[in-house]
Amino acid sequence: MMCKSKKKKDSKHETNFMNSSSAFPDEVLERVLSMVKSRKDRSSVSLVCKEWYNAERWSRKNVFIGNCYSVTPEILTRRFPNIRSVTLKGKPRFSDFNLVPANWGADIHPWLVVFAEKYPFLEELKLKRMFVTDESLEFLAFSFPNFKALSLLSCDGFSTDGLAAVATYCKNLTELDIQENGIDDKNGNWLSCFPESFTSLEVLNFANLNNDVNFDALEKLVGRCKSLKTLKVNKSITLEQLQRLLVRAPQLCELGTGSFSQELTCQQHSELKRAFNNCKSLHTLSGLWVASTQYLEVLYPACTNLTFLNFSYAPLDSEDLSKLLVHCPNLRRLWVVDTVEDKGLEAVGTYCPLLEELRVFPADPFDEGVAHGVTESGFIAVSEGCRKLHYVLYFCRQMTNAAVATVVQNCPDFTHFRLCIMTPGQPDYLTDEPMDEAFGAVVKNCTKLQRLAVSGSLTDLTFEYIGRHAKNLETLSVAFAGSSDWGMQCVLYGCPKLRKLEIRDSPFGNAALFSGLGKYESMRSLWMSDCKVTMNGCRFVAQERPRLNVEVINEEGGDDSRAERVYIYRSVAGPRRDAPPFVLTL
Amino acid sequence: MENSVAYDKDLNMKDTELRLGLPGTEKNEKEETTLSVKVSNKRPMIESSKDNGSKTSDEEAPPSKAKIVGWPPIRSYRKNSLQEAEASGIYVKVSLDGAPYLRKIDLRIYGGYAQLLKALENMFKLTIGDYSEKEGYKGSDYEPTYEDKDGDWMLVGDVPWDMFVTSCKRLRIMKGSEARGV
Repeated sequence: MMCKSKKKKDSKHETNFMNSSSAFPDEVLERVLSMVKSRKDRSSVSLVCKEWYNAERWSRKNVFIGNCYSVTPEILTRRFPNIRSVTLKGKPRFSDFNLVPANWGADIHPWLVVFAEKYPFLEELKLKRMFVTDESLEFLAFSFPNFKALSLLSCDGFSTDGLAAVATYCKNLTELDIQENGIDDKNGNWLSCFPESFTSLEVLNFANLNNDVNFDALEKLVGRCKSLKTLKVNKSITLEQLQRLLVRAPQLCELGTGSFSQELTCQQHSELKRAFNNCKSLHTLSGLWVASTQYLEVLYPACTNLTFLNFSYAPLDSEDLSKLLVHCPNLRRLWVVDTVEDKGLEAVGTYCPLLEELRVFPADPFDEGVAHGVTESGFIAVSEGCRKLHYVLYFCRQMTNAAVATVVQNCPDFTHFRLCIMTPGQPDYLTDEPMDEAFGAVVKNCTKLQRLAVSGSLTDLTFEYIGRHAKNLETLSVAFAGSSDWGMQCVLYGCPKLRKLEIRDSPFGNAALFSGLGKYESMRSLWMSDCKVTMNGCRFVAQERPRLNVEVINEEGGDDSRAERVYIYRSVAGPRRDAPPFVLTL
Repeated sequence: MENSVAYDKDLNMKDTELRLGLPGTEKNEKEETTLSVKVSNKRPMIESSKDNGSKTSDEEAPPSKAKIVGWPPIRSYRKNSLQEAEASGIYVKVSLDGAPYLRKIDLRIYGGYAQLLKALENMFKLTIGDYSEKEGYKGSDYEPTYEDKDGDWMLVGDVPWDMFVTSCKRLRIMKGSEARGV
């Protein structure tokens, strides 16, 4: 039923004069638009006309900000008044690898201050690579009475005291997910801070805290939170303790075990088996920090419905992995350490035909003399058995062009292809040629490719291939590669969907940098470190494109004309006002 | 371009040094052969320190390529975790004479000598044979030895398991004639 008269809602709406051609009253339009979930679709919706822009902004509940400096909290809250969930990403990705000095920025606090005023009903905060202090966590706990879900990934600046504040004061908390952060574990009793009356927890992940927690408090917490679906404990939790937790929470869907290597009595062993047997809903398993072979078999009954196995901290060997994978026919995602070797990967190819994602992490990335993990033959073996593979992260010490070509022929649906040959600039170890043809094969065969990380000895040819074929590429990571400016130019000219480009230690200079002048405003960011770009080159970019922030991080005493680390990103917020002294905004 | 890093302070630079010599050969220090003559239960063993061939180039071998900041691209969390695992586990390197790569194992996960030896056999695809107190390992070309806290090379199995686990610094599977140390 079309209603021609516009119903004026209460004063929260701006006056909005409806065209006679527009048939929906605001409420209906908002209602309809609230069902549009995808970020891209919402963005498109907001561009249709002013009315739709307004309806969209009023109905928006979640917002994702890929670069916290691209916008200010004031601008955000002005546009979107009803946000319940915020996802924020801060530092450039290479900060994960120590390429960004400490105290660079991305402090969550100024955001929280504005949110406390404008989004008092905020429920969810997901942060990645942000700087978060205990003071901020306390502020969060006090300011948002409806707060439900906190997720911190790769953040730093806080300690377990901050967690204690969240546990104490967030009465409606459903999710506490603390992953891979630089957290100061003070060994306090933060877990005990959840009040006795607190029962709403659904997700608890403290796998990456190092110190012991109060097990008694944990056991009671798990016992009274009947909706708990995800529990990932840290390595201080023994097998015996794990058994007691499982008995209280057989409904778990995601489990992160603690250390898996205690000496158990026969009885304890069978109790543990029984506990796992009762976990019929498990679809995700992780942990196993130190896995004792003899106890892995207790997992087998719980493996039938497993879709995600995260053994990225469990240095299993090929035999242990094979024996386990026999029981995991429904596996979609697998993360392992390269101690499983090629033989383990063969087992993957044999037993897990539905696999879509594989990540192989190095056990000894810095130790050259030690045995060499996985090779090209393991890669091929997986691709032969797992034709649906579309995401791979593969750390290895040797690779060949032919092998990669075979892999992508077997699996043409790759959307994410991240290959890390661990010695920089290493050629095809059989032919001694550059790895250009490998990545050429990837971009030619995998038309859906969105993310690519290259490695090994690479000339400009690799980038010619990328520019010519990778038409859906959004993220590209480059290290120790390329021969001249031409390489980077190929990518900038050829990849229409490029959003993130991060380059280190490659011979690209000002000419290459300038080629992207027409493009950087359509991208999230560009990172270039230890390349050939100069301060003057950066100044030129800053001058030509005032809507970009051009930031340079230079070490003390470095060559003043060289720009060692350059971070360029689009922003409506203008230059940073909180930049530390070592960040120069040009 | 300043690429050296500080994060490897915790790593034993020597252990991680890329060398040209085969594992199992003596390291760069020009140590002479030593006989273990301490009064103890230790089985006297002749250390073979002078493997020929690549030895001389060993000393001159350039240090490993400069450690590069942030490479390989592993998240700090994982890197710290690996280093802590090193510290808290009982990781020892295992070399096999003639094999190009070392292995690393965590002694904590084995219940005793039997499991350890089986694991070594699987790892290197060889047979080690049976241990006897008087005669060492009979029936195979290989003899598992280890360096203990005092720097002495011992035969695996000579001491009780618990003592072994706490005193073993690294393992070396000796091959052929060198294995007959007594």
